[in-house]
Amino acid sequence: MADTREITLTVNGRSYTETVETRYNLADILREKLNLTGTHVGCEHGACGACTVLVDGEAVRSCLMLGVQANGKDITTIEGLADGDQLNPLQAAFRKHHGLQCGFCTPGFLTTLTAYLRDNPDPTEAEIREAVSGNICRCTGYQGIVAAALDAASQMRGR
Amino acid sequence: MGVRLTGAEVQRGEDQALLTGRGQYVDDLKLLGMLHGAYLRSPHAHAVIKSIDTSAAEALLGVHAVFTYRDLEEPVNGRQVQPYPNPLIAQDITPYPLAKDEVCFVGEAVAFVVAETRHIAEDALPLIQVEYETLPPIVRLREAMDDDAPKAHKDSPDNLIAQLNIIYGDVEPAFAKAEHVFKAEFLQHRGGCHAMEGRGVVAQHDSFGDEFTIWSATQCPYLVRRCLANQFDLPESRIQVIAPDVGGGFGPKAGFYVEEIITPWAARKLGRPIKWIEDRKEHFTTTNTQRDTWWELEVAATAKGRIEAIRGRLVNDNGAYVPYGILLPFTMMAPFPGPYKILALDLTQDVVFTNTVSNSPVRGAGRPNAAYAIERMIELVSRELGIDTAEVRRRNFVEKADFPYQTGLIHFNGRAMTYDSGDYHSLLEKALSLADYDGFAARQEAARKEGRYLGIGVSSCVEDTGMGPYEGVTIRVDPKGKIYVSSGAASQGQGHKTVLKQIIADELGVDMDDIHVDIGDTGKFPQGVGTIGSRVGVNIGTAAFGAAAEIREKALALAAEVLETDIDNLVFEDGLVRDKGRSNITISLGEIALKLAPMAGVAVPAGHMASLEATSFDASKGPPHASGTNVCEVEVDIGTGEVKLLNYCVAHDCGKKLNPLIVEGQIIGGVVHGIGNALFEEMIYDDSGQPQNVNYGEYLLPLATEMPPINIVHHETPSPLNPLGLKGAGEGGTIPAANAVIAAIESALRDFDVTVDRYPVTPEYLCNLIDAGQA
Repeated sequence: MADTREITLTVNGRSYTETVETRYNLADILREKLNLTGTHVGCEHGACGACTVLVDGEAVRSCLMLGVQANGKDITTIEGLADGDQLNPLQAAFRKHHGLQCGFCTPGFLTTLTAYLRDNPDPTEAEIREAVSGNICRCTGYQGIVAAALDAASQMRGR
Repeated sequence: MGVRLTGAEVQRGEDQALLTGRGQYVDDLKLLGMLHGAYLRSPHAHAVIKSIDTSAAEALLGVHAVFTYRDLEEPVNGRQVQPYPNPLIAQDITPYPLAKDEVCFVGEAVAFVVAETRHIAEDALPLIQVEYETLPPIVRLREAMDDDAPKAHKDSPDNLIAQLNIIYGDVEPAFAKAEHVFKAEFLQHRGGCHAMEGRGVVAQHDSFGDEFTIWSATQCPYLVRRCLANQFDLPESRIQVIAPDVGGGFGPKAGFYVEEIITPWAARKLGRPIKWIEDRKEHFTTTNTQRDTWWELEVAATAKGRIEAIRGRLVNDNGAYVPYGILLPFTMMAPFPGPYKILALDLTQDVVFTNTVSNSPVRGAGRPNAAYAIERMIELVSRELGIDTAEVRRRNFVEKADFPYQTGLIHFNGRAMTYDSGDYHSLLEKALSLADYDGFAARQEAARKEGRYLGIGVSSCVEDTGMGPYEGVTIRVDPKGKIYVSSGAASQGQGHKTVLKQIIADELGVDMDDIHVDIGDTGKFPQGVGTIGSRVGVNIGTAAFGAAAEIREKALALAAEVLETDIDNLVFEDGLVRDKGRSNITISLGEIALKLAPMAGVAVPAGHMASLEATSFDASKGPPHASGTNVCEVEVDIGTGEVKLLNYCVAHDCGKKLNPLIVEGQIIGGVVHGIGNALFEEMIYDDSGQPQNVNYGEYLLPLATEMPPINIVHHETPSPLNPLGLKGAGEGGTIPAANAVIAAIESALRDFDVTVDRYPVTPEYLCNLIDAGQA
């Protein structure tokens, strides 16, 4: 039988205790065990950034982190960004600037930028491009994403 | 009547779910009792299978079955159905659903494991023992036609799939009396799909009616249904194919794949739903890519830079199989002569097999290849004659007065290739102006004084879009006045639902929020073609417009009876039929729908169809031709060969824009895809046919840090071929991009007399050219 452990983690403010296979990565746990399918697995080797979630506030690739390493951690996924149906400023800016097309990479961009803009509230365009340089988008050419991030940063500073 | 939505920057309705993690992609689907599959794939580019022993894999706890070719019965065990048969295909070889006795590329499916979880299915793969006897592979396209070349298929006489020729005008006389003849040879590589979501299939079989439901990350659910019905010898009505949210397509997801046969077949065999999700390595090795094309072209020109004729040949590496007919090879030649009035052309193409993954259209299909080849001729003439490249274009463009302009070729719809409308000269001038082309010489000179090398490149194109036959739309009004729309065309992020709502909201005078749209589900709309070739906006736009007009006519006719007046006294506005003479007398769409609703015992008014609905398959009367000119400015580091993209300008004509937000997103994304082709993307095989770079550390995709600002100016020439004046916009960014970048690199390195003869242009390649130029 596969090796298992019991882990407890908080995801989007809710606590879960699950028995998981030790070889399952965090993305597997979120998607398979917790039914939080908003976290997408794009490359499974840590290059595309689609599966990025926040672990204790830091952007982490959930395909590169074992689920058992998330024991005791506080996780935020794409499902935890909006306030009910009310998009947060970053999400709304993505919509306004057409920062997404197919939407598959979008959760990773949103989580990456959530952590980045929290720590860097007044970035330049070049800095935003650098911040998302570990995330691949095949659809948009990035221009809408960068515009959205700049707009959202400006709005969040103005609050 | 409110502000017109069609043509406005309407934010997409699709985004709310996608931004909050509630998208529904294939891998998000969970069905009761669902098992998980994994494919064992060939490690060899070419080999004979001597034996397969699945016993150890079958014995693994949690494994339900291991299937090989021998388990398949007729007719499923036949070669994969050819979706696009063509008599010009000399060797129409598609793969068997699982390899029968020969494997022809690294990654070919050999066995299928079905297990409780994906982890267990993958655990079982190395337990399958396959004995191979390797055969020599053919890997390089330029060797494929050599007499002693290994054959990609052991029983084939040669590696030729098809030879195509297109010819018009007096080619040989034009060359015989030409003032100048120039020649160029070059290699193109387009790279793969690399949608961030790979392929994936979930299949369920209902034994009660022998019916399949298949969810697939596909661009063409109807094509999958048609091929499956053929492969299983079942009526199409027993197969429902659903393309849910699909995470990007870009061409390779428009085909039909063996996993779409085997996954449902196994689900029927085991009586359980099965999910198979492609992993990224499989994406590199098994999802069709657009492989190499080799060109040898000659151009006959006058001393003033007028091009009188082009002739030459190309060799197109089609990979191991022919999964897509010869649509792609055809689209490499049909776009000639581009936006130029070139009166004689003779091109021959050899389409050849190699032992690499099969060839597929990638964004633009063969059009970016053809556009690049044509633009290379412009660059060649410009360089050899010392005439500015923009000026060479001006001297050769089809004139505005020439439309409709017949090129001399035949479109694959069988009719004369006809450019319906355009204004290539204005597009060029707008692009040059946006890029400050006139100021470039000063910028270049200033940079040179600092030891920096700037270059500028221009590239123009014309694109046949909106191909038929149709992409239908049904509009149904319910008694509450809600509008239900269904259409075939699946979306991979292009915003089809939003665009349909915009048009229908305008045409019926209703609120977008009262419109519900279903797309990409063969169970909800009877027939469709697919999201390929920049065709959907044109086709669904035209059909939605037609269906809405029919709804208005039906509503007016019934309203005239209900209101006991003549139809000429009525007007349709804001979702209501109003009596012009008695403005307080109105009847809503919902009230009209109620008259036609299925109420027990109540008669449908005589002469009216049950249900207030309309279906239109109206389509553009021919392919509307989009066009564009791109200008790219670069800086090349002559020490490292690094190319920095400084600025990118696009002048684009896609006729009337349905939604500028979406159009610009398509253009920018398309340009970046073309930049990736020019500078980054290359699927590398070694001489034994082993893929060398199956990860995103080694296969480079464009990243945010490398992309320049992309500036767009529009120039609308509405197409006369459809009522909304539409032309496609999905690929026009990609098509001209490679030459814009590469011509800019050559411009930057003119001191070194650099001519680029292949792409992607890697730093190493460029350093070698610079070194050779310095020597």
